[in-house]
Amino acid sequence: MAATTYSLPKLPYAYDALEPAISGQIMELHHSKHHQAYVANLNKALQSHVAATTAGDIATQIALQPVIRFNGGGHINHSLFWLNLAPTASAEANPDSARTLVAEIDKTWGSLDAFEKAFAAALLAIQGSGWGWLVREDGPARGLRIVTTKDQDPVVGGEVPVFGVDMWEHAYYLQYLNGKAAYVENIWKVINWKTAEERFLGNRDDAFKALRASI
Amino acid sequence: MSSTLLRTAPVLRGALRAAGAGAIKPAAALASTSFVRGKATLPDLSYDYGALEPFISGKIMELHHKKHHQTYVAGLNSALDTIAEAESKGDHTKAATVAPLLNFHGGGHVNHSLFWENLAPASRDGGGEPSGSLKTAIDEDFGSFDTFRKQMNTALAGIQGSGWAWLVKDKQSGTLGLVTRANQDPVTGPYTPLLGIDAWEHAYYLQYENRKAEYFEAIWNVVNWNTVAARFEKN
Repeated sequence: MAATTYSLPKLPYAYDALEPAISGQIMELHHSKHHQAYVANLNKALQSHVAATTAGDIATQIALQPVIRFNGGGHINHSLFWLNLAPTASAEANPDSARTLVAEIDKTWGSLDAFEKAFAAALLAIQGSGWGWLVREDGPARGLRIVTTKDQDPVVGGEVPVFGVDMWEHAYYLQYLNGKAAYVENIWKVINWKTAEERFLGNRDDAFKALRASI
Repeated sequence: MSSTLLRTAPVLRGALRAAGAGAIKPAAALASTSFVRGKATLPDLSYDYGALEPFISGKIMELHHKKHHQTYVAGLNSALDTIAEAESKGDHTKAATVAPLLNFHGGGHVNHSLFWENLAPASRDGGGEPSGSLKTAIDEDFGSFDTFRKQMNTALAGIQGSGWAWLVKDKQSGTLGLVTRANQDPVTGPYTPLLGIDAWEHAYYLQYENRKAEYFEAIWNVVNWNTVAARFEKN
């Protein structure tokens, strides 16, 4: 039995393509250093896990679970994040690219503006490092919901992640310093609504296909 | 709850002012917090923002103290106001819902107040190694100062997300240990905090970016062992 080896996915845009909302320096460090570290540490933990499984070492397997959760979560979250961002000038960054999703948002929050306010409030209330996600609930209702997760906990409970926003300080600090509210305000200029629409209309496996592509 | 939280951090007393009771000593003011609550205020640093360079940049120190710590102070006072107002109306449910904010902002205020005091410029009290009874205790409980330092750095590197690592003293046994805390959770319960190191990204990112191990190495040059020893001997 061999462990799956994951690799860093390429970005579909240049590091500076999200400026001025997110600086090229932030994007480069975030992708080539932070995301890369999650991938490397995930692969290391999975290899150790296979070795422990082969050896019948249950204690080591359990000890590795938080490491896999953290680094695997980091890989999942960032892989989803890059694809739900797009350059401001692109058609993808226009909510018109997500007519079905925006209709559902209107139904749930009253308006896109009201949703963005609710989402921003949830992001700014995160205590410490974490993420905010718009998710489509599992089950027959398939309703939309805002969830926040701590550290690198991924949304893997059955909901479909529509888009996520990274609220770790490394996602904005070099540009926005302690002014995280300004980062949250500007993130709306680079949300990829086309990706969001596709995830909303698809199922969980569709949302995670980027991960399988980076094995 | 506010007075309990503040009493666990004697260092904060200097930062407290009882409303309308400027002549009362801070400790006396604390003892009377049952009716007149002191507002938490941002403590002054005992060194300049640039004084910890090159190990921690002046820009980091200024933002960290003036913006981040100030936000915790404001958040703590706001949480305490909300609780006091809810209590005055007998709305205990509302008061209880503020508990996470009290823990976060109160913890942020306590942690940073302890942190500033357990740092000092390398040209003054910062760096080097502990001496006297603290050194003896570290040698006994960790094997050596070097082993302790390595273990503390390993604990810092292992924090998943934002948080702190602390050298603590067990109040019952008197032995030293290492603990980590998520986000701004303060060190409470059986432990007295002796030395805290902030592992939030805002504590190092402008200077060290993703290379946090370099920050964890560098900070030992500005640890104020006099403060740590005083906390050790007092508790």
